[in-house]
Amino acid sequence: MTPPDSAVSVRDLRKTYGSVDALHDVSFDIARGETFALLGPNGAGKSTTIEILEGYRDRTGGAAEVLGVDPGRGGTDWKARLGIVLQSTGESGSATVREQLTHFAGFYPNPRNVDEVIEAVGLQEKQKTLIRKLSGGQRRRIDVALGIIGNPELLFLDEPTTGFDPEARRQFWQLILALKDEGTTILLTTHYLDEAARLSDRAGIIAGGSLIEVGAIDEIGGAEARTPVVRWIEDGVARSERTTEPSRLVAELVDRHGGAEVPQLEVVRPSLEDVYLELVERFDSSARDAASLHAAALDTTPNGGVR
Amino acid sequence: MIATTVRLGVSRIGNEVRSYFRQGDSVFFTFLFPLLMLTIFSTAFSAQSFGTDDNGDSLSAASYYLPGMLAAGLLLSGVQNLAIDIAVERGDGTLKRLAGTPLPVVSYFIGKLGQVLVTGAAQAVLLLVVARVVFGVDLPTTAAAWSTFAWVFLLGVTTSAVLGIALSRIPRTGKSATAVIIPITLVLQFISGVYLAFTDLPTWLQNVASVFPLKWMAQGMRSVFLPSGFERLEQGEVWNLGGVALVTGLWLVVGLVICRVTFRWIRKDG
Repeated sequence: MTPPDSAVSVRDLRKTYGSVDALHDVSFDIARGETFALLGPNGAGKSTTIEILEGYRDRTGGAAEVLGVDPGRGGTDWKARLGIVLQSTGESGSATVREQLTHFAGFYPNPRNVDEVIEAVGLQEKQKTLIRKLSGGQRRRIDVALGIIGNPELLFLDEPTTGFDPEARRQFWQLILALKDEGTTILLTTHYLDEAARLSDRAGIIAGGSLIEVGAIDEIGGAEARTPVVRWIEDGVARSERTTEPSRLVAELVDRHGGAEVPQLEVVRPSLEDVYLELVERFDSSARDAASLHAAALDTTPNGGVR
Repeated sequence: MIATTVRLGVSRIGNEVRSYFRQGDSVFFTFLFPLLMLTIFSTAFSAQSFGTDDNGDSLSAASYYLPGMLAAGLLLSGVQNLAIDIAVERGDGTLKRLAGTPLPVVSYFIGKLGQVLVTGAAQAVLLLVVARVVFGVDLPTTAAAWSTFAWVFLLGVTTSAVLGIALSRIPRTGKSATAVIIPITLVLQFISGVYLAFTDLPTWLQNVASVFPLKWMAQGMRSVFLPSGFERLEQGEVWNLGGVALVTGLWLVVGLVICRVTFRWIRKDG
């Protein structure tokens, strides 16, 4: 079932809590060395998916393999090959940065150098400080450092840059790109679509518990969703037009203005964020339509007994 | 595999002991609490006599309360400390983080047991030194007495640690841990002859207390530190060290079984 070059393989993953269907029909693969972003609104099922793959939750149905192992049965040997950065936690933090990293490095057969990791997350100045005395963003960097200290083949990053200032986020991106260059496979969830676009090769979008789209970052959503938009002002009115041939439209506009400058002219290619928002919006409205269709069907039940 | 588990366990002990002493509340409510109580009782009742020793000299409050405070220390360092500590670690994400690493669960347990052993021993030494130096308590001089102390301490501290791990499942959240656990240990201390003389309690309450291990640990400690004449004040007028070993040992087994059956890194749902 699993292609040999695949680090993660998921087929028809399902998770129910009682009668609530939290996750269904989720299937995707992550190739070795690939960075894959799992995107979606809060509560859509991203964390449930990632926690099943990390071995924290049991799945209700479907198949999953992570580094060739069923995550529901992974032992310590399997965990030694993973790096996990959870959503932020509130631990007491009564070790120093260096003590904590040195201690965790000891868990792994082939850990990274502690000094290098401290430097990579930019905490050289704080290495003798108790973790509880660090700021939120600094503590988040410890989480990342603990995730990579074991030199993982596969790194899970669950909203890793929440609470980072823009500079720290840029530094973090450099770190992740360096890990990627070394061949680390990465599964990322994030609410920052620019981050997903910058770091990932492919992305999957989860909404309402199912995977509604999966593909390369520059292809996701299909060609239509990526059609550029030309915006300009004509006769004092803001105009915009979607076209696959923006150059031609711009040339026409210039002609129409007799070669003069077209006011406020811009050609915008939809960003991953634009594509994402449109996909999620489309999903929501079709879910609403389905719900109202269902209600309408009930309304017109011939014997009227249902209502 | 076993070598790795033990090596990581030892590494956990260092980590656990260090973080124990860096947390003000555990140092105060667990580590120094028996010392504080010994000081209060010794000062408050300094004029009172608690009976006479084998030479007919009056027994001081400090001498009388020392064995009870040592037993309370075993309970606090083990049950109270670990039940709260692990419940908090489950609540704040520490256990979840460890669960995602290759650290074996057994190494985690070795770390907790080691922490209790080290901090419990340091606490006992501190109590003995303060009792001797500050309050002039005469400590036993025979090897037999000290070997009894050693096994009662080791058996007591281990049982107490294992029961602490077992009880850590009870609090639903880390925040409620203190409120759930402290009443249990406090009631036990009051009915087990730590603060109140055991023989002054009604017989039915003595029988209730005899089900739990603290009464027996306190009795074992009294056999070490109180004059031999006090033996006839005990239940059945004997120190009953066999009973101390039996009941405490049974609780150790019960605790181990509960830990084995119930301990999980995290609450897995569904």
